[in-house]
This record gives sequence, structure tokens and C-alpha cells, in this order.
Amino acid sequence: MNFVSHSWFLTLRVLRHLMRQPWYIALTLIQPIIWLGLYGQLFKRVVELPGFQTNSYISFLTPGVIIMSALFGSGWTGMGVILDLDRGVMDRFLVSPVSRPAIILGRLVYLAIVTVVQSLILFSMGYVLGARYAGGAAGIFVLLIAAISLGLPFGALSIAMALMVRKQESVIGAVNFILLPLTFMSPVFIASTLMPGWMITAARLNPLNWAVEAGRVALSGQPDWPLILLRLASLWSFALIGIWLATRAFRAYQRSA
Amino acid sequence: MSNPEPFQFAIEANDLRKTYRNNVKALDGLNLRVASGSIFALLGPNGAGKSTTIKILTTLSRPDSGEARVAGIDVLRDPQRVRRSIGCVAQKPGVDDECTGHENLTLQGQLHGLHGSELRQRVDSLLDRFSLTNAASRVARTYSGGMKRKLDIAMGLIHHPRVLFLDEPTTGLDPEARAELWVEISRLSSEGLSILLTTHYLEEADRLAQSIAIIDRGRVVAEGTAEALKGELRGDSLEIELAEPTSEATINSALQNVAMLSEFQIAAKTLHARAEHGATAVPPMLVALEAAGVKVASVKVARPTLDDVYLRHTGKTFQQAEAQVNQ
Repeated sequence: MNFVSHSWFLTLRVLRHLMRQPWYIALTLIQPIIWLGLYGQLFKRVVELPGFQTNSYISFLTPGVIIMSALFGSGWTGMGVILDLDRGVMDRFLVSPVSRPAIILGRLVYLAIVTVVQSLILFSMGYVLGARYAGGAAGIFVLLIAAISLGLPFGALSIAMALMVRKQESVIGAVNFILLPLTFMSPVFIASTLMPGWMITAARLNPLNWAVEAGRVALSGQPDWPLILLRLASLWSFALIGIWLATRAFRAYQRSA
Repeated sequence: MSNPEPFQFAIEANDLRKTYRNNVKALDGLNLRVASGSIFALLGPNGAGKSTTIKILTTLSRPDSGEARVAGIDVLRDPQRVRRSIGCVAQKPGVDDECTGHENLTLQGQLHGLHGSELRQRVDSLLDRFSLTNAASRVARTYSGGMKRKLDIAMGLIHHPRVLFLDEPTTGLDPEARAELWVEISRLSSEGLSILLTTHYLEEADRLAQSIAIIDRGRVVAEGTAEALKGELRGDSLEIELAEPTSEATINSALQNVAMLSEFQIAAKTLHARAEHGATAVPPMLVALEAAGVKVASVKVARPTLDDVYLRHTGKTFQQAEAQVNQ
């Protein structure tokens, strides 16, 4: 019981941080909006190539950008943890009887809330630019679940890394050197059938691919539910590993004190 | 909240040892007894082991060996109960800069299981007590150092702890804020709270604490009241201001029969001497000087300072010790 309420109190704390930094919200939204607006225009005719199951690139691109933004958002989760470590806020929590897993879960719940809001904003943006889907509400719902499910493991890994290296530079480096290649080796921008053979193989192991696929298939007119569930289940397994690693890192941090 | 059980010692630590991974021996058999209801100061330079001691006693860290009890509860076997009984103000402020004073206190209360009107009243009374009511709805980033430290202490008190840990509470504060905090710490103690504070300000330990432990290289090298510690040093120092310059020979012949005095030194009109009990040595000294025709303008008797005590027990002055650590 404590675990649930403590997680929620800690979620609210981080949400409060976000609400006090409207410029930060604007900044995080600018990049995906550029992707949608400019990239969507620039590569408009790419759908004339075979392999896209749509003739509207913006319809193809929007779920990809939503998932990609969820991925990058989750990568930054550790930054807040490092701030808490540096400022003594973490120690302040640890000398209180707060439920230890709640310290990690509070950030992940926050991440999930932010992901939903951000995804809905980007989805509306895509709609304005002409993206249309046959999948309806169920499709949007699955897309949101996929975005959250991808964010959780990477958010947890980011926290784990923050607790182990305790340097913001390392988290920034990891986000750029891991998440960027993952994005380009995925069907975010281009149909997977157009990728080189080795990249198709690599993309199969890419969690970003699982999330994009689940979202796109759900938004299509004839969703393949077994495939969607398989992709989501893979993401959840990955999330469990991430959260397990984060709790391990947390214990290691406490031992090193 | 846990049932208050009476305890004789607010803190007991036996033979605490801890070596960090980089082979730095932080604690080397530290023993401590802090009487319930008192202010106890751990005095030592940076790196002496004060912060490690606090971390172990507040459950943030575990010793390699040894045992400790806080408020009668074993810190290794029952850390969760210890956390409910202690308040802690660490060196790094545990204040969330992006939240208001009110929000910081409320969250802390919530994590301690307070809610509803009980929580609201507690938050308001602490804001009031620390004169933060007017700043309560501002984010803590805008607070001065002194205000932030007060908020930090208020956060440590939200759940009515029985033992309060203050790790260098006045470091980095200006003299005015420091004096204000001293008053507040004394007031908390007079309300029955047991307080362990660490400091590397000799003056602070002297002013606040009923009992002081001098800690050097991970162990307690001397312990007692400030007066007792200083009393161990043989003698007070006397500083006598003479009306006019007087030769050393005159002084020596005048004072040679005053048995209580030793170590005369004269420089121009100022005479320095030591006496086992300064106050009792003054009258015969004045008589002897008068008899020799030496006029005295003023006499000052100074008790030894904690600085002298530190020098005696560790073989170095406080400044030297700090400089060594900082290298």
C-alpha cells in the first residue's frame, strides 16, 4: 500500500518539475514537430516506392515519430536521478521510510504520463498534416500502449545507468550513441522491406521496431492481433529486465555509500 | 509511528569500522555514547570520519563491522524503524529546488505516512516555527542559504523524530544565519530532542554541545564536556597589560616568588604567563608586581580553547589537519 502511494507522491513531484518549465515542454515538442512537418514534406513521394502499405507518407511517419519521441524521452529519465543524487534529494528520501522501489517507479509512472500526453499532441499534429487511419480508437490505444511499453525499459535502463555512473555526460552520451542508431535501424522513416538485408535482421531485434510495428499494424484497417500481442509481450519482457536492472543498480548504489 | 520506548542513550556505537573500496579507512574502531536529550558534537576536520559515522547511524551506509543503536533500535537489524525515529539534515541540502517550501515539507510528511489535516497542521506549524510562512509558496531555488537550511531542518522534523542528526548544519552560512540557527538548535534540544551534530567549527561545538567527541582518523581521541576537555590542559593563559614598558629582569625578580605562575614572556608592555588556575594566581601576582613598583593597566585570563585541546590530542592544529586532508 505504501508502495503505491509513495510512487504516486514521487510521480507528482516530477510532474510538478515539468509544469514549472514550460520552455522545456516546448523544446521537447519542437524536434518531433520538425520531423513530422519537414521530413514529412521532404520525403512525401517516398511512398511511391514499393513496400509502404499506404500512399500517404505522413500516415506512415506519424506513428514512427510518436514511438521515436517516446524512446528519446525515456532516455533522459536518468538525468533527473543524477540531479537528485547531486543535490542530496536522493539521500533525503533514503533516510526516510519511503518504499525503495517507489523511487524508481515514481519516475516510470511519470514517464508513462508524459509519453501519453506527448503522443496525443503528435498524433493531432499528424492529423492536421493529413494522417488518416482506419484503425480508429483501438488503433490509437494500442499505439499509446506501445509507446509506453517501449519507454519503460529504456527509462529503467537510463535510471540504472544514472545510478551507476552518476554523470550527466554519460547519460547524454548513451542517449546519442545508443538511441540514434536504434532509430535509424528501424522502420520509423522507411518501410522495412526497403532496408538492406543485414539491417532487416538487426531491426528484428530492435525493441523500437516492435513498438512501431505494433502501433502501425493496430492503426491499419485489418489489425493482426496475435502479431500485436506478440510485439507488446516482447516489449514487456524487455521492460521487466530493465526494471530488474534498475533495482539492482539501486541496491549497488546503496551499498557503495 | 513506533511506540516511544525509553532509552538511556540516544546513540550508541561500538567499534564501528569501515574501509572504502579505494582503501581509505574511514572508521577505525569508533565508539560513541550520546546521552538522551543532549546535544553532542562530533568535532574533527574534513575526512576525519564524521560524515561516514552519520551515514551509518542514519542507515545510509553499513559498517564493515561493529554495531550501533539509535533511539534504542539496532541500525543494522531494523533500519526501517530507525528511519521512522530519526530526522536527518545532511551536508548536501535535501531540498528539492524546483518545489516550494510547502511542497517540500508536504512530500516529506507524506513519505512518513502523515495525511489530511494532521499533515496540513504539521506543515503550517513548522513553516511558522522557522519563519518560512511568507516564503512557503515560493520555489526553494529562490531561498537564501539560511532559509534553505531552515527548510531542510523543518523537513527533518516533520515526523516528530526522537533523534536529530545535523551534518555540518552551519557550513556555508553567513554569521548572522549561523547565529540564528544556533538559537534554533538550542531550542530544539531544550524541547527534549537528542541531537548529534558534526562540525569543523570549534566555536560551534563549544557554544552548542553539552558533550564533544574529537574524532581523528576514524576514531574518537577525546571525549567530554568542552570545559572538561579544556580543563585537561594544564593551566590558563594570562595576559597582563602594563602601564609602561618594563624590563624582563624587573619582571623576573618581581614574580620569581609567585609559585603559581610560569612561562613569563614580556614584549614591550604586554606580559604573558601561564597558571594552573588563572583566577587564583591573579591576586598574588598583582601584589608582587605592586611591591616591585610595576603598574598594571589590565589583566586578562583566558581558558584554553578547543583549538588547544585538538592540538593536544591529535598532535596537529585544526588548520594543519584540514590542509592535510585537502591535499
